[in-house]
Amino acid sequence: MRRIRVIPVILIDNGRAVITRQFGNSVYVGDPINAIKIFNDKEVDELIILDITSKSKRQEPDFELIGKLASESFMPIAYGGHIMHIGQAERIISSGVEKISFNTSLFNMPETVQEVSRRYGKQSVVASIDITRTMFGKLKIKTENSRKSVDLSIKECVNKLTGLGVGEIFLTSIDQDGMMKGYQYHVISEFKELINVPIIASGGAGSIDDFRKAIDAGASAVAAGAMFYFKGSFNSVLINYPDQKVLTEKLYNRI
Amino acid sequence: MVSIVDYGIGNLLAIRNIISKVGGNAVITDDPVVIRKSQKLILPGVGAFNYGMEQLKKKGLIDVLNEEVLMKGKVVLGLCLGAQLITQKSDEGNMPGLGWIPGRTVRFNSEAGLVIPHMGWAEVEFVKTSPLWKGIDEARFYFTHSFHFELNSTEYITGVCNYGYKFPCSFEYKNIFGVQFHPEKSHQFGMKFFKNYLDL
Repeated sequence: MRRIRVIPVILIDNGRAVITRQFGNSVYVGDPINAIKIFNDKEVDELIILDITSKSKRQEPDFELIGKLASESFMPIAYGGHIMHIGQAERIISSGVEKISFNTSLFNMPETVQEVSRRYGKQSVVASIDITRTMFGKLKIKTENSRKSVDLSIKECVNKLTGLGVGEIFLTSIDQDGMMKGYQYHVISEFKELINVPIIASGGAGSIDDFRKAIDAGASAVAAGAMFYFKGSFNSVLINYPDQKVLTEKLYNRI
Repeated sequence: MVSIVDYGIGNLLAIRNIISKVGGNAVITDDPVVIRKSQKLILPGVGAFNYGMEQLKKKGLIDVLNEEVLMKGKVVLGLCLGAQLITQKSDEGNMPGLGWIPGRTVRFNSEAGLVIPHMGWAEVEFVKTSPLWKGIDEARFYFTHSFHFELNSTEYITGVCNYGYKFPCSFEYKNIFGVQFHPEKSHQFGMKFFKNYLDL
C-alpha cells in the first residue's frame, strides 16, 4: 500500500499558533507546544512549522521555542522562518529538526540553501514556494508573506531550485490559503511536469477528497492548516486529524 | 549509558528525547573518554555521506570508534546516514566509509520514475528475526533518503522496505546494527525499537 504523508502546518506569529486566510487575517488558535502534544497523540505523519512573525518584529529564528517544539515531537519536523545563515540552520537541525524550509532565502541567500543541502543532504531542504494568480491570470511567485514578488517564471524558478539542491517543494496557493475549498490543482501539475522531487500540496484543503485530488494532480504529500484546527459547522478550534483507518479507506486505497 | 556520537551532523536531541521517553539514559558526546565508558553507541545522521565522513575525521573520532566497535565489540546502532557510513563507500561521495560491514551505499534507482528522495512512512518487512523487532507489529517507520545501503550478503539483512523495488533497510552484523529509517521520529514504533535497543 502506498502511503501519502498528510502534514499539519503550524504557523507561528509571535510565539502563538495562528491560522491565516489568503496570508492575511491571522486568527489565534492556541499554543504551538500544546498543538504538537496533540499531534503526537494522533500519530501525525510529519509537521511543517513556519514562523511568519514579521521581519520588523523578528530578525532571527526563535531558537528557544524551536528547541521546545522539537523536544516534544516524536514525528519529523520541517521548520522555516527567518533562516538566513548556515549557523542558524545548524543550530535548528541539532536541536532535533530534520528539515529546513526556505522561502525568501531561496532568492536572497541561495548560498545558505546550497550549503544546507551539501552538509545535510537534499532531503533536509524544503523550498517553500508561495504562489498567487495576478489580475491578468498569470502565476506569480511571492516571498515575505506575499509582500514581495519574485521576477521569475515557474520554469526559471524550478531551474533555480534544482541548482540549489532542494529535496522537496512545499507549494502553497496564497489564494486558496485558509479557504478550505480545495487546492489549486493545476499549479501542482505545472510544477510536477518540471521537477522530480516530492511536491507537498498546500493551501485550501478542506477534506480528504481534496488530498486525493492533489495526489492525482501530481503531489507526493499533502498539507493542511485550517482543516486540522477547525471542526464542526461553526468552525470552533479543535485540533483533529484523521486516523489510519480513515486515511487507508478514503485516501491510500483510492490512489 | 548510551553515547550518541556528536560529529556535528544529525538531529541529536531528538534521539536523546526518545531514549529518555522510554526510560533510558543517553548523552550526546564527541569525547573519546565518554565514548569509551558508555555501554552502547548510536551513530546518528541527517546529512550527506562525504560531509559525515569529513566531520568524523575532523573531530578525530574514527580511531576511537573503530577501537570500540571492531576491537572491543561494543554494540552500535547507525541511523540513516549513520548506517550508511558503516558501509565501505557511497555513490554520494568519494570518501571511504567506516567499512564495518561488507557493502556499499547506492543512489536510489529512479528508473522506475520514482520521486526521489523517498520520503514518508512505509511498512518494514521483517525478513529475519531481530531483538530490535520485539513486540513491533505492522511496523511503520519514517524514511527520508535518496540513497540506501546494499550489502554483499543478504544474510545480515533483517528488514526490507518497498519503494518502487525492495531495498534493504536494516542490518545486523555481529555487534553492529543499522537502519535506514528514523526510529527517533516514528512514534510508538520508534519507542518500542529504542526500548529493544536499550534491552540488548
